[in-house]
Amino acid sequence: MRTTRRTFVQAALAATAATALLPISLHAQAGSPARRPIPSTREAIPVVGLGTWITFNVGDDPVLRDECAGVMAAFFEAGGRMIDSSPMYGSSQPVIGYGLQKLGRPSALFSAEKVWTSSAAAGPPQIEQSRRFWGVPKFDLVQVHNLLAWKAHLQTLFQMKAAGAVRYVGITTSEGRRHDLLEQIMRNEPIDFAQFSYNVVDREAEARLLPLASERGIAVIINRPFRQGELTHRLKREPLPEWAAELGVSSWAQLILKFVLSHPAVTVAIPATTRVDHVRENLSAAAGPLPDPAMRQRISAHVKAL
Amino acid sequence: MSEWWTYRAEDFLLFSPRVYWRMFELHNAALWPLHLLTLAAGLIIILLVAWRPGTWGRWLALILAIHWIFVGWSFLWHRYATINWAAAYVAPAFAVEGMLLLTLSLFDGLAFGRRGLAAWTGYLILAFALAGQPLLAPLQGRGWASSEVFGIAPDPTVIATLGVLLLARGKLLPVLLPIPVLWCLLSGITLSTMGEPQAWAPYAALALAAAAWTWTIIHRRGSPPSA
Repeated sequence: MRTTRRTFVQAALAATAATALLPISLHAQAGSPARRPIPSTREAIPVVGLGTWITFNVGDDPVLRDECAGVMAAFFEAGGRMIDSSPMYGSSQPVIGYGLQKLGRPSALFSAEKVWTSSAAAGPPQIEQSRRFWGVPKFDLVQVHNLLAWKAHLQTLFQMKAAGAVRYVGITTSEGRRHDLLEQIMRNEPIDFAQFSYNVVDREAEARLLPLASERGIAVIINRPFRQGELTHRLKREPLPEWAAELGVSSWAQLILKFVLSHPAVTVAIPATTRVDHVRENLSAAAGPLPDPAMRQRISAHVKAL
Repeated sequence: MSEWWTYRAEDFLLFSPRVYWRMFELHNAALWPLHLLTLAAGLIIILLVAWRPGTWGRWLALILAIHWIFVGWSFLWHRYATINWAAAYVAPAFAVEGMLLLTLSLFDGLAFGRRGLAAWTGYLILAFALAGQPLLAPLQGRGWASSEVFGIAPDPTVIATLGVLLLARGKLLPVLLPIPVLWCLLSGITLSTMGEPQAWAPYAALALAAAAWTWTIIHRRGSPPSA
């Protein structure tokens, strides 16, 4: 059953209030990442997923493929579910498939893929090829990558959803591009997910996209929460502020990931990493308390001043 | 592509430096000891250009043609394309360059025996491609395993070809230039986007070759016409 706008807005407001008043760890089992509902079905998923842009594009390298499988193992072990990829990401899809096979096809997997071709006719065969790479019976979510040929692909995806070949439909952009068009699609199309970039320094999405997602009952996936590693690389030279201890964080990555997760309209953030310790660190950021609005301002102002 | 002005070179980089250099390690391991043969072929090119330029011109073009086609097929198509889908579109360009060289070889379209600054620059670039480029990996701490070798990896193959073309004469010479020039630019952009200092190698080879050709053209125009 699809949640109506009214019921979702009520739920979102309640969630916002709860986030401000309570540490999110109270909603989750101790040590496991917090979960947020996908508005269209109320299915709850962990708020930290796993991106694969660059990090999983390791070709046929057997050593690096095993390292990626190790990252996936740590991800599932720490309670993660959503893995996101695209046909654009080189060998990332077969590398995910290799990892899933090695790990015995974890039932927790929430598979998020994309269709990325300018040809409408090439969409279905590309999705089928991606599915074979992953080795899954069907994808949980398929998104139109970077709004490419979005009208035609959305029709295909809606038909696939109606036929039960995919559970959710979404659309993506990144690095603040084409927000006007994304907003138009979010307003007019019955999509389940929207994916775009948002982080402690790139906050344009707060103005229109995030409130619109709440209003329309659209789940939000945040890509580049660390600006593709640029933020964590820059901040590692700076000492972590003492007040960050209030949030139970031990690293800049956790602090700025908590900033992203603390926006009530955000459903999942998908940081990418090649390191097992980083994937554990990311998921543990989703297990503790999240910053309230005042703390969010403090984090943002502090990072901006550095 | 809309809002194209907002894209940076980094947006098109699909892989990390670690994956890129490990690709050379795997490729070298798979093809060893073919490197000895390709390096010997490179040495033969230098010796033939220096000592028998008139007689063996067509064989030089043939050796280069084989190397271009092999590198395009083995490295770009089978190796690099697994991490960079754009390489699948570049591999045919290597085949085209190989076929052009093959055609010139069949019709004796290249003549050697050039002297002066262009020739010395050609020898310098050729020597760097054969002996200097393989040293860059160990010099930068990556070890010999990821060395780029003439006839095995694209950069030294392309740079060596620039050197040979500087040493050559012939009306069809301009036809052979675009693909090596474009590859040097593409490789330089890829390496600099990864933050690899080695980006200077294809850029410097291209700049040296361009300077030598420019000097030759200016010098030729300034010379009195031969009787």
